[in-house]
Amino acid sequence: MAAKITVHQALNKNVKKLLEDWLTQQMQDEGLREDLISNEELRSESDEFLKTFLTAIKDDYLEDTNSSNFDKLNEMLAGISINRARHGFSPRETGYYIFSLKQSIFKTLEKEITDLKKLYTEIMRVNKLIDSLATVTFETFIRGREEVIIRQTNEISDISTPVIQVWDNILALPIIGTLDSSRTQIVMESLLMKIVETESTIAILDISGVPAVDSLVAQHLIKTVSATRLMGAECIISGIRPEIAQTIVHLGIDLSGINTKASLSHALRFAFQTLRLEVRKKTDKTAS
Amino acid sequence: MEKIPILKMGDFLLVTVQIDLYDRLALNLEADLVNMINKHQAKGVLIDISAVNIVDSFMGRILSNIAQMSKILDALTVVVGMQPAVAITLIELGLPMTGVRTALNVEKGMELLKRNLILYREEEETTSTDEDDSAE
Repeated sequence: MAAKITVHQALNKNVKKLLEDWLTQQMQDEGLREDLISNEELRSESDEFLKTFLTAIKDDYLEDTNSSNFDKLNEMLAGISINRARHGFSPRETGYYIFSLKQSIFKTLEKEITDLKKLYTEIMRVNKLIDSLATVTFETFIRGREEVIIRQTNEISDISTPVIQVWDNILALPIIGTLDSSRTQIVMESLLMKIVETESTIAILDISGVPAVDSLVAQHLIKTVSATRLMGAECIISGIRPEIAQTIVHLGIDLSGINTKASLSHALRFAFQTLRLEVRKKTDKTAS
Repeated sequence: MEKIPILKMGDFLLVTVQIDLYDRLALNLEADLVNMINKHQAKGVLIDISAVNIVDSFMGRILSNIAQMSKILDALTVVVGMQPAVAITLIELGLPMTGVRTALNVEKGMELLKRNLILYREEEETTSTDEDDSAE
């Protein structure tokens, strides 16, 4: 009778022991990050996962993880993996979570199934199942990581293109980092929006934070300046470093139609002049 | 047929485009405007396109044309209130419209025209006094 026991029955009978064994295995792993997940969390997470796992293999059908039986399990596993990716677990740690379960299940099966041939077949089946579950884990883990990277990229591009109103009718836009097409688009859009919003007539584009200017970057700069001009505002480029001036001339880029100033302060001075504003030192009344 | 009204304000003509310009309308506007400049001897044209959301290369060319034509007729064209999206589209289409003066809104455009008119009058005066000098 014992020989006819199914994997589900065997595991279900020893569910408590299986969980303990699995947890011990996980905790033994030196890669376990106790700073990222507490023991209680790990226990409840593993407990729930094991229950879902047992429900999924209730019909003793282990072959196809794409079948509807495994929907819930896959979903849960994906959730755990994505969660781990976001919390900064390494792929090894995430993988070990599911692989350590394999060890524990094998141990339990070894005890329950006495027939060697049957044991071998069952172990192979379970092996295959867990391997495909591990694939799911890795897929979602990497997807989670990619999401993190995309979010960070977006954040960087948002942070690095601030449009500052330095004075009434004067905007400054310090550009830091390389200008590529997508960033130019963002820079242009946010600048034009801000021009409309603040009714500014002068925009200062400071490129002292741009590491290199090639013909493409220059093209983008010219585009931005032309677009600002179309809006009815004037655009000044400031902070061109000597080496950048050299490359621009060597590349044969014509910036003659664009107002360029050495530094942001010079550009600001020029803007004041254009707007007929004056900055003066206050005369000391007590001295006179 | 729809028509874009051209208003006369002193020495200037004011055109506000309230609907998206389609080709026929733009061509009519071009013809009407040139006739009006000639009729009123206008010194400036202000075109407000703040309500225009869609632009194509044809419309960009029409605006450039109008600017050039009025230049020949001794009037300055100022295009005001261009939407950011429109500006980006024109740049991406490769139409920087270098011959067209621009301003942020109608107010600033009017200021620009007035300043230009004062300069124009001053120039006229100096040339006329020069002529007087030579006559003497």
